[in-house]
Amino acid sequence: MSLAERKAVAAAIDELHDGKAEQSSVTDAARAVLEDSQERGGGICMQHIDKIYPGNATKALDDFNLDVKPGEMVVLLGGSGCGKSTALRSLSGLEDIQAGRIMVGGQDVTSVPANKRNMAMVFQAYSLFPHMTAVQNVEFGLEIRGLSFKERHRIAMEKLELVGLVDQATKFTQQMSGGQQQRVALARALAISPRVLLLDEPLSALDAKVRVQLREEIRRIQVETGTTTVFVTHDQEEALSVADRIGVMNHGRIEQIDAPQTLYQRPSTEYVATFIGVTNRLPAASNGDEALVFGRCVPLIEGSARGDEVTALIRPEALTIDTSGRTSAIGEKAQVQSIHFLGSHIRVDAVLKDEVWTRANGGKPLEVTVQCSSTGAPDGLAVGGDVTIVPLPVPALAV
Amino acid sequence: MAVMQDVKPEQPVQLRAIRIRRQRIVKTLVLGAVAIFLATPLLAMLLFTVRQPLSGVWGIEPWKAIFTGDGSSLGADMSALWKGLGVSLALSAVTVVLMLLLLVPTMVMAHIRNKRLERAIEWVSTLPLTIPAIVLVVGLGPMYRWMSINLLSTNPIWLCFAYVILVLPFAFRALAVGLRSIDVNTLSEAARSLGASWPKVFFKVLIPNLWQSMLSASFISVAVVLGEYTVASLLGRTNLQVALFQLGQSNAQISTAMSLLALVFATVLVVALDVIAEHMRRRQEKGQNDVIG
Repeated sequence: MSLAERKAVAAAIDELHDGKAEQSSVTDAARAVLEDSQERGGGICMQHIDKIYPGNATKALDDFNLDVKPGEMVVLLGGSGCGKSTALRSLSGLEDIQAGRIMVGGQDVTSVPANKRNMAMVFQAYSLFPHMTAVQNVEFGLEIRGLSFKERHRIAMEKLELVGLVDQATKFTQQMSGGQQQRVALARALAISPRVLLLDEPLSALDAKVRVQLREEIRRIQVETGTTTVFVTHDQEEALSVADRIGVMNHGRIEQIDAPQTLYQRPSTEYVATFIGVTNRLPAASNGDEALVFGRCVPLIEGSARGDEVTALIRPEALTIDTSGRTSAIGEKAQVQSIHFLGSHIRVDAVLKDEVWTRANGGKPLEVTVQCSSTGAPDGLAVGGDVTIVPLPVPALAV
Repeated sequence: MAVMQDVKPEQPVQLRAIRIRRQRIVKTLVLGAVAIFLATPLLAMLLFTVRQPLSGVWGIEPWKAIFTGDGSSLGADMSALWKGLGVSLALSAVTVVLMLLLLVPTMVMAHIRNKRLERAIEWVSTLPLTIPAIVLVVGLGPMYRWMSINLLSTNPIWLCFAYVILVLPFAFRALAVGLRSIDVNTLSEAARSLGASWPKVFFKVLIPNLWQSMLSASFISVAVVLGEYTVASLLGRTNLQVALFQLGQSNAQISTAMSLLALVFATVLVVALDVIAEHMRRRQEKGQNDVIG
């Protein structure tokens, strides 16, 4: 299946989920994938989960709720200690929970031990069994299930082919690179046809190039197999690139769960807005629907705060730079502090010149980050130069 | 300045060569001194076994007596020695089995579930090192007396319980090294998530990765049991060392020859352990050298 076909199938699955199946032209393939995952009963529902580690006063999971549709890939994203790995381990049964209910495919698995949940997990640390070859590792789960040698060897080789490692089948873990080991771990997890595939930061230990390559492979395999997947990571880029939906976690619960684009463009909380991507915190006046930022009306996202002294959370690409020096009621004068060329775009850090903003910012100069395409950068842009920062009418959150 | 610059690069090379040569000489001297220190008593023992101390006559009768099992020509009763050797070998086997059964699952579970408990086990396991064997016997004596009368017999094989305690510090250390060399938690969690029950995790995943340290713990335990005298003697049981001591009363040459053999056997065990460990290390290094990309 080509990349375009895979993307089409993934989009069609989303449409099937949303009940818009008739509008898609690739629904047959998508329906087959989805039906297969539904047959395996891969939908997840975690309700009101509480988890406290012994000796800790705070809850690692605090009224945690998560719904994952069959065949969907949900990424749990958050900083260290937010509870994302705990949520995954609770789902897998490797951690006991103090309260709540976990359902998989409509079946309550809360008190089912980890080895009987029919889930498979890929860990951050290399978890291949060192005394076994790659193919023996992949066969392990099948051997546990009592499959004959011939049958399990056939399946194991199939899965190794899926991850592109048939030629490494007889190698031991010490003879493989980190990326190869994680691929084998993925094949091993998929070999048992799990109801749910759990990925606990599987790419964190790999170098940047391999990480990008492997995350694309994970997504491809997930779409091909239609396995319901929960992926935990702290890497935003990783989350944004592979997820059907991303759940941003904070203090043991999900702050917002949405499609990557929605999450980026319409964050529902300040934490989500500041955690995903770069955000400018600009003083504004809001009536709940619109905010006045630097003299321009900016539409507001639902749930925004209202008042004369609110903070508008505005993305760098939702600001423009004017270097013409014209005086206008819209925009705010600023001085360029630094310019970073980042290939496809340029990031400009500037400080607002008017003392009003400095006083409003508690005596510290108010910094603004603007992003523009490297081909569309304004003429005369230079470090130390005076510019005007103008907001674009892109929906923002006011807090 | 130019002259100095010309000379400087050569000086460190010469100095390094001199330093290396000096280090080699010091190493050789130290190793030689240690070898002489260790070999002298062994050589003296060997000479003692082949030269009659009173008459000064050279002969290999004591060795013949050991290998033929007939020491009547030298006035020695070899049956007690064979019995003692049999008891010690049986004790070694039983002690190793008991030690592994007791220590391996306990240490694995403590390692996975409770690190604090692991530290407590370490502390308890090292206690026999700090308590002299003679003090241990004071505590063990009444227990063995009671056990001999009420539960078991006076068969020396029951010394295995005391010996498990004696080998704990050495066995614990060997097993702890093995446990720390693998990621026990991740391996067991991976196996559990793939559907393995705890016994399967233990036997199919952990034991195959711990066998080297289990072998090491076993060899050390065998060496300790074969050399144990105090506990057996004070509890009135006959093992190899007690039998050797008794034989020494009638024929010191045979006793010494047998001691030398036991020592050689223990050395062979330790060397075998070292060779196996080295072999494993090389195999692993070879594997790592073959790493792709």
